[in-house]
Amino acid sequence: MQAFKQLTGVVAPLDRVNVDTDMIIPKQFLKSIKRSGFGPNLFDELRYLDEGQPDADNSQRPLNPDFILNQEPYTEASILLARENFGCGSSREHAPWALLDFGIRCVIAPSFADIFYNNCFKNGILPIALLDDQVNALFNEAFAKPGFNLTIDLHAGLIKGSQEGDIAFNIDTFRRHCLLNGLDDIGLTLEQSDFIKRYEAKRKEQAPWLFAK
Amino acid sequence: MAAKTLYDKLWDAHLVRQQEDGSCLIYIDRHLLHEVTSPQAFEGLRIAGRQPWRLDTNLATPDHNVPTTTQERSVGVNGIADPVSKIQVVTLGENCDHFGITEFKMQDKRQGIVHVVGPEQGATLPGMTVVCGDSHTATHGALGALAHGIGTSEVEHVLATQCLIQKKSKNMLVKVTGELGKGVTAKDVVLAIIGEIGTAGGTGYAIEFAGQVFADMSMEGRMTVCNMAIEAGARVGMVAVDQTTIDYVKGRPYAPQGEQWEMAVEAWQDLHSDADAEFDHVVVMDGKDIAPQVTWGTSPEMVLPVSALVPNPAKEKDEVKANGIDRALQYMGLQAEQAITDIQLDRVFIGSCTNSRIEDLRAAAAIVAGRSVAPSLKQALVVPGSGLVKQQAEAEGLDKVFVAAGMEWREPGCSMCLAMNADKLGTGEHCASTSNRNFEGRQGFGGRTHLVSPAMAAAAAIAGRFVDVREFS
Repeated sequence: MQAFKQLTGVVAPLDRVNVDTDMIIPKQFLKSIKRSGFGPNLFDELRYLDEGQPDADNSQRPLNPDFILNQEPYTEASILLARENFGCGSSREHAPWALLDFGIRCVIAPSFADIFYNNCFKNGILPIALLDDQVNALFNEAFAKPGFNLTIDLHAGLIKGSQEGDIAFNIDTFRRHCLLNGLDDIGLTLEQSDFIKRYEAKRKEQAPWLFAK
Repeated sequence: MAAKTLYDKLWDAHLVRQQEDGSCLIYIDRHLLHEVTSPQAFEGLRIAGRQPWRLDTNLATPDHNVPTTTQERSVGVNGIADPVSKIQVVTLGENCDHFGITEFKMQDKRQGIVHVVGPEQGATLPGMTVVCGDSHTATHGALGALAHGIGTSEVEHVLATQCLIQKKSKNMLVKVTGELGKGVTAKDVVLAIIGEIGTAGGTGYAIEFAGQVFADMSMEGRMTVCNMAIEAGARVGMVAVDQTTIDYVKGRPYAPQGEQWEMAVEAWQDLHSDADAEFDHVVVMDGKDIAPQVTWGTSPEMVLPVSALVPNPAKEKDEVKANGIDRALQYMGLQAEQAITDIQLDRVFIGSCTNSRIEDLRAAAAIVAGRSVAPSLKQALVVPGSGLVKQQAEAEGLDKVFVAAGMEWREPGCSMCLAMNADKLGTGEHCASTSNRNFEGRQGFGGRTHLVSPAMAAAAAIAGRFVDVREFS
């Protein structure tokens, strides 16, 4: 996983509540057995005027000119500003894969759905939850100054570059550590194999039916 | 000892280790797999040269992509017309064969929607931790298990370590007291709950459903309710173990037997919240106030009793909400203050991990028996949740009831719930669906989904529009 330390980039405001993972990456693209290549189909139904297919040449499809990520300079956005309950619905990790493949490394919103939030950290994407008022202020700034940049400093826990001044954010210690260092969870857990084996031995005595087959 | 909730008990029993930074390693007893969210996880294992930690906890079945027509199914995997769908189903088979994981393949009678198959086989047991790369894994909480959906990285993590790194959720109690009126079902209860607390109301919580309504509810009904906990934002939904749970589990293929059964049943007696346990949030509703529900918009919280009128954004004071209503009405092609019973339907779908169990099919069949679907309807699909549900329904003659009414009786799979196979809505089409999500495009590009119970879907199929099943005769 790519480490996340500091990021400076264009902020794309997506002014919509309850953006679900079906919207982020529609189901027909889940048929891939790879982790990459989802970027051109990120927000497919909002981004294009026709229905997308997994094998279609996306460069030939009619774009929806009203959609934010089709407008310059947002085609280069790396920070997505969103509304409450971002990433609700399906557990599909294809949603963060599509964001990442497009170039989004950070999503800022008042709240996130649990599974999506968790999936982001596994893929080097930083989801930042801020207060409603803070998000509203960033939306106002993004609308007033199209294409404005922010700098996300994970080490310091600060969003820099807003006219409102630096904005502090919190990420739990373990996730922050993994993201800063690009660490693979599985390797870390396997270092605790002895604890897992000890748990299994104890559990087998208490609940042998869980180990019957 | 401090009083504990059911969630606290399940969590504590599976805690392998709490790290100094507060993150917890939780042991997983059952891992269910399907073809959509597993291929990249298996690939990750291969690349890292890792083996599954404990093979016997894994159980797989293809469900999202499988075709549901008898013709396509009769020739096995080669009958899958869509080449990309076929690759995923074939890949699941190859991965399970390679690593030695038990898979109910497409031609197996036990194949079906993973959340129907787990409980049906007794592969989901009370007191277990159950995970699957699918958000509707909350379903299994109906058995007093701690069950939730995970992403593909976590699928790989569970395969490799039998554990997940987790942070404990907060406790929410949703208590529904009293009794349900005639014609009001588990689906109406959960839709009403989502309408009450909102689609993000359960975010960060594990929800326990309690109260007389759930005590009186069948296991199938409890599964319907827990299934949709995620539509209220909660990864986990659960119901305490009682005699109904134990009677349901007994004798199933993967359930313990003999001495171990006696031991298990004794241990399961503790799987309820202590009387004085404290919850971080409590919601109380009265069962008698719940009417048959219909979603009118593009989020499960956009739900109303069937007798209601579609909302008017002009009457909503909150600007963000008013915009949301307006956007939903446009997408759904509805007028503000239009009667829900005036919504004309194009298709009806009875199926999905929410409502494809035998009780659901019986409820739908009871409504359509001796009647015919409205001529204005393009299609009415009935898709059983598993091969065994299909077999049971056919033994009861339900298939004949559906076919005689002009409905299509299909092979098991996820089907039109998310339209990854050939079963989908056309642009602008309205569908009465027993599934779980009414998101834009969920059932097909431009499709318009209305979530309802099986009985309401069946009545809508006959009338060609929504009707109150309580007045349907």
